[in-house]
Amino acid sequence: MNATITVLAKEVRDTLRDRRAVISGLSGALFGPLLFVVVTNFTVDRTMDEGEDTLEIPVLNAAEAPYLVAHLAQHLIDLKVDAFESREALRASVRGGETAVGLVIDEGFGTALGSGKAARVWVVSDGGNASAQSSVRRVRNALGGYGRMVGALRLQLRGVDPSIARPIAVLSDDVSTPSGRSVVLLGMFTYFLLFSCLLGGVHVAVDATAGERERGSLEPLLTLPASRAALVAGKFAATAFFMAATLGIGIAAFSVAIDYLPLAEMSMDADFGPEECAMAFIVLVPVAILGAGLLNAVASFTKSFKEAQSYTGIAILLPTLPIILVLLNPMQPAAPLMLVPSLSQHLLITSIVKGDPVDSLYLAISAASTAAVGILFGLLAIWRYRSEKLLV
Amino acid sequence: MIEARGLTKRFKDVVAMDRVSFRADDGRVTGLVGPNGAGKSTTLRVLSTVIGADSGAARVDGFDVADEPLAVRRQIGALPHLSGLYPNLTGRENIAYYARMQGLRRREAKRAIDTVIERLDIGDLSDRRARGFSHGEGIRVALARSMVHRPQTVILDEPTNGLDVVAARALRDVIRDLRREGRCILFSSHVMQEVAMLCDDLVIISGGRVAISGTPEEIRRGTGSEDLEDAFVAVIGLDEEPV
Repeated sequence: MNATITVLAKEVRDTLRDRRAVISGLSGALFGPLLFVVVTNFTVDRTMDEGEDTLEIPVLNAAEAPYLVAHLAQHLIDLKVDAFESREALRASVRGGETAVGLVIDEGFGTALGSGKAARVWVVSDGGNASAQSSVRRVRNALGGYGRMVGALRLQLRGVDPSIARPIAVLSDDVSTPSGRSVVLLGMFTYFLLFSCLLGGVHVAVDATAGERERGSLEPLLTLPASRAALVAGKFAATAFFMAATLGIGIAAFSVAIDYLPLAEMSMDADFGPEECAMAFIVLVPVAILGAGLLNAVASFTKSFKEAQSYTGIAILLPTLPIILVLLNPMQPAAPLMLVPSLSQHLLITSIVKGDPVDSLYLAISAASTAAVGILFGLLAIWRYRSEKLLV
Repeated sequence: MIEARGLTKRFKDVVAMDRVSFRADDGRVTGLVGPNGAGKSTTLRVLSTVIGADSGAARVDGFDVADEPLAVRRQIGALPHLSGLYPNLTGRENIAYYARMQGLRRREAKRAIDTVIERLDIGDLSDRRARGFSHGEGIRVALARSMVHRPQTVILDEPTNGLDVVAARALRDVIRDLRREGRCILFSSHVMQEVAMLCDDLVIISGGRVAISGTPEEIRRGTGSEDLEDAFVAVIGLDEEPV
């Protein structure tokens, strides 16, 4: 026990002295929340364009279709009549990206419409311009609405019920609550936290095993009166310590970042105060044990610092896989799912974000199974330390 | 005191140690000599319990290396081939880590560290990070680290390798001091002059086997050579200088 504590203290001090290790751990913890805020704000800004502001688009031959122009105006689409001389000039401007979308009304539009033929209108857009797509969609929807309206009027004029041309009415009924809706977005939240937590332990795990061997400090260490199990336990504890610390910093950063998320604009609501932070830490901290075991086991099988870095880099992706699965195929918390590390943490964190109470039985299963997997990996590392191959 | 009997160790197809037997007594300096690849480092690793032998047995101060490795490790201070210091820790912190791992309590450890720093005259290195040490400085601190718990048996793997004249000389003085205190010193070397200067007993090892052992005088007489280096060449059956 004393040897384990001595190793732990030494590894913590050694790592804190290494500026590169500290910076990479911290930036891992802060990068997630930052990226989250930036990406979310950006996405929301783009989707909020729709229906909010008036969209101004250039149009040619507006005089052919005064009712269409009025209809579009009702849908907050203002048509600029004299912006372009010719269709070619409009197309060039769209191609150059200066104009997001333009409208060209056929010269025979009015006549065609009057005689009951298909009246033509072109939406000029650039399919490669991603930021223009929401405007294009808006214009198309508004045009389609106008077309359906005229069609319905024509049927009525001929004494036919317009609904005969619409055999199916597709309606949407979204039952999500405001907090529930934020879950989709905050699903990535566990992913970021887990990943940065695991990342925080990479340096110490690699340095304390492969690095120790490469420097030639492992051999004298093995001549000290401490069992190999005690040595591994100390290194394991140091790795778990840094992972837990990174996790704490990551959660704190997220709780600050959440204030900068445009949740209200999305009519969402996520309550994430100190209590939720503490709960999130309790839910996630067993991952530090899992990660410490995993990384120490992986690193003990590698022959050099470089090799250890590459393999641990891959290894930290493993625990995040179940989260990706659940993002693709949403699941509800259930006792058997609590046996799966990282999946269970994800489901529990989702409950916390939703404001649902966390089932303490679920929490216990999740923590125990995750820690157990970590300890199994730790035993693998001890077995490896007892092997002579460790030195060769 | 070290007693090795019939130690054999095989790595895949290579027999690194073939029935190695010898004895290193307290109050004497025993040199383990042989060309590169003769099995010196393997022997020292088995004696310091880092690896196990396939057959044979060895005892350090009466403790069996295979059955009581922790007891053996309390008796020994081992300096491996590389100094193996932690670059982010200072000289003192490096020594303190081993003192604590040897089970010294905080206050005892501090006293022991002060003593060993003074004894090896490394006060100027104690508060510097090991990253900046020269090879010689690193070896001195590593030696201090391995001796901080005052081990009865000291095992050194080519300690003077790469040291300049002054540093090598200082190291030999330390080894003589340890002998005067009645400790058992086993060190490996391939430099015959150094061995001749320092050793009370020699174990010449070649191809994993002990070719001959005894005092330098006994070895010279046994091989009929005037010079220890000639004796060495005669014993290992090589017609060239040991490298």
